[in-house]
Amino acid sequence: MTDPILRTKGLTKSFGALKACNDVSLDLFPGEIHALIGPNGAGKSTLIKQIAGNMAPDSGEVWFDGSDVTHLDTVGRARRGLGRTFQISSLAMEYTVLQNVVLGALGRDGGVMRFFKPVMKDKRLLEEAHAALDRVGLTEQAATRTADLSHGQRRQLEVAVALTLKPKAFLMDEPMAGLGVEGSRNLTGFLDTLRHEAPILLVEHDMDAVFALADRISVLVYGEIIATGTGDEIRANRDVRTAYLGEEDVA
Amino acid sequence: MTREALLNTAIMALLAAVPIIAHFTGNPFTITLATKVAILAMAAVGLNIVLGLGGLVSFGHAVFFGIGGYSMGILAHHAQLFIPIMEAPFLIDGTKSMPIIWLVAVITSALVALVIGALAIRTSGVYFIMITLAFGQMFYYFAISWPAYGGEDGLPIYVRNSFPGLNTLDPIQFFAITYVALGAALFLSARLARSRFGLALGATRQNAERVETVGVDAYRLRLVAFVISGAITGFAGALFADLNRFVAPTMFSWQMSGEFIVFIILGGIGRLFGPVVGAGLFILLEHFLGGVSDYWLIYVGAILLAVVLFARGGLIGALAGREVAHD
Amino acid sequence: MTALLLLEQTLNGLQFGLMLFLMAAGLTLIFGVMGIINLAHGSLYMVGAFAAAAVAGLTGSFLLGLVAALAAAAMMGAIVEITVIRRLYDRDHLDQVLATFALILIFSEGTRWLFGSFPLYLDVPAMLSGAVSIGAFSYPLYRLAIIVMGLVVAAGLFLLIARTRIGIRIRAGESDREMIAALGVDISKLYTIVFALGAALAGFAGALVGAIQSVEVGMGEPVLILAFVVIVIGGIGSIKGAFVGAILVGLTDTLGRFLLPIIFTAFMDPSAATAAGSALASMLIYILMAMVLIFRPTGLYGSA
Repeated sequence: MTDPILRTKGLTKSFGALKACNDVSLDLFPGEIHALIGPNGAGKSTLIKQIAGNMAPDSGEVWFDGSDVTHLDTVGRARRGLGRTFQISSLAMEYTVLQNVVLGALGRDGGVMRFFKPVMKDKRLLEEAHAALDRVGLTEQAATRTADLSHGQRRQLEVAVALTLKPKAFLMDEPMAGLGVEGSRNLTGFLDTLRHEAPILLVEHDMDAVFALADRISVLVYGEIIATGTGDEIRANRDVRTAYLGEEDVA
Repeated sequence: MTREALLNTAIMALLAAVPIIAHFTGNPFTITLATKVAILAMAAVGLNIVLGLGGLVSFGHAVFFGIGGYSMGILAHHAQLFIPIMEAPFLIDGTKSMPIIWLVAVITSALVALVIGALAIRTSGVYFIMITLAFGQMFYYFAISWPAYGGEDGLPIYVRNSFPGLNTLDPIQFFAITYVALGAALFLSARLARSRFGLALGATRQNAERVETVGVDAYRLRLVAFVISGAITGFAGALFADLNRFVAPTMFSWQMSGEFIVFIILGGIGRLFGPVVGAGLFILLEHFLGGVSDYWLIYVGAILLAVVLFARGGLIGALAGREVAHD
Repeated sequence: MTALLLLEQTLNGLQFGLMLFLMAAGLTLIFGVMGIINLAHGSLYMVGAFAAAAVAGLTGSFLLGLVAALAAAAMMGAIVEITVIRRLYDRDHLDQVLATFALILIFSEGTRWLFGSFPLYLDVPAMLSGAVSIGAFSYPLYRLAIIVMGLVVAAGLFLLIARTRIGIRIRAGESDREMIAALGVDISKLYTIVFALGAALAGFAGALVGAIQSVEVGMGEPVLILAFVVIVIGGIGSIKGAFVGAILVGLTDTLGRFLLPIIFTAFMDPSAATAAGSALASMLIYILMAMVLIFRPTGLYGSA
């Protein structure tokens, strides 16, 4: 079996007496979508922050692409190829859609300390940017101010920016949130094809999407992973049923 | 041409036309006023790179203005007294040559900006404002308490420094120098705003998290911007000292830093030519209101308050309409 | 001899630090509760000094002057909060800086217009003039009184924040504006009170210092900027940080000015030592601030 692209080893993080993250080990293999689910307050965002580099764990390690990245910040992890999308859209709102994607292409290119040539006339960056917009279906909105986009379009743009980074793995925090039925269906179809390009660690509340997409599902409850397995295995798991499905509305 | 570009051209034409007319009608004082506008505008153009583009509210840009001023003052002071600045380990003489003075001013301000920036940019928001303000005060008090170069009384320079091929004592020729310098600063910052660096820096203002997520270090971007910005303001400081043939600790004062910000806001924040309009407006107010009342700054305060509370776009915003995204 | 001078300078440093605390406490309280950076805080210090000097000059009573300083500064604070600051809560820091910078211009020029450009003088009250002597050591009674008053006000402020209802609301307001509004506390009234309280502290400091220095336009801003240094060192929003930072800054500055020239005399000639010593001393507190920034970017008592 191949090595995982992303792996956490025994991540633990406490806030005072609260263990928000307790000995969490999970992995993401090439070609798969690994979904992380769990009720509100289970510690999903704490875990994501530790994986993305916003928060240092009390103990444990994060390995990415064969090396220990525990001590790298978000910038370092992004440069190694971790593409992230946020639960609440995190975009440069005054910029046009195209400018946001060019920014992504620029980040991948790395040559940011250039002061004289107009960036929006850089053929290579523009090509990469337009290609990414094409793939998420935002070509027509290229010249729109990002603040004027609809909620769903912002989610698409966020994915497009992540695409320009040509990441080795995606870390997606609730990409379906607030998308509506059709939007979710479209994005589900898109993510389905994306997994072959780079695996996705998907944190999601939309259970239809999760069960449709995920090769494996991990369930996080009170900071601990109580089960990992295929959709069917998770559905049949008694702990999951009592801890999660029994209490939460399966949207 | 967009309406704003048209307006910008008109602004630069006006800034050139006024002193030229004054030159032919024999009104050197007006030329001096226009020169002052060009220099102060240049200082604020420098500040606008961090403030307008980078969103960092530096309340300490007078530091670089003063460093530029004292670079000129110290070099010219030694040259006019024929005392070397230092003899060991190697000889450094003073100079009266503007290009050399400018070079020294730019490099020194850039270095100071690197040190202040490295500390201040670790923080953000109000901390950044308070720290830049504090460092400004540090240089102010240092200039006052260091007696070698005039201390509190400042340092007079008897003859304006020289520029090859020009008579810098002729007001219109000196104006031409400052006008070209301002033009160069505007050109540079316009290119910068549209460059790769500018795109990323502008994004840090809107959302630093976004920039870091695409693998770009926001701290480095801001620091480099701060250094470039400080260097331009330092250049303007050297010119300002030459205009007055005098440097004094007041060039470092917090009021000076505040005025630079006011220029930007009066003209319109984020606008390339905002500082030019703002500096022009400020000097006009000083000139005309100053003639009417000793307390003219009270009106400036009232106008500023009104602009901040009710007219965020400044003058260019009012004339050119809402800002459009750069293409 | 030197030991006595050192003791005197230490007390001066303490006195300076306590006055800085009165400024910094108001600033940090206002920032902590309302998220406002108020550059016009130095103007309120000036208002206090002028009110004290004018009323004391008119009535001959220092105490009445002090009361007038508190009242004038608090009233000005409330007026400024209601007319200007209130519109700035949802604005960015740049707008706050600019609007309060505009207020400085208005206050300064307005005061110049009212009182003229010449400094006023506020006499030390007869009751507190003279010096206390313990053996060979003597120290001005008035400065000692300032130290005591500074400590009393600091203690009062701590009690106010920790023990009283308004203090609880202030602390609640720091953590969650919407929540306490939802609980039925009139948030805008609370803000006006906090702002007036901060202003009164500044005005009180201005009046006390006014009897040592001259009362003039522009006296507030250097103190304001020092108070910023205090806040950066202590950590923003923390009254305890403001206290520790203020004492640290007061002592460092005063003792630095006293000791550095003496130390420098050991290895250079006296006039050069005085020059270099006083130049370095003028930078000392900023160097202290830089050190704190390097090792604790959020200040000694600031939260991350």
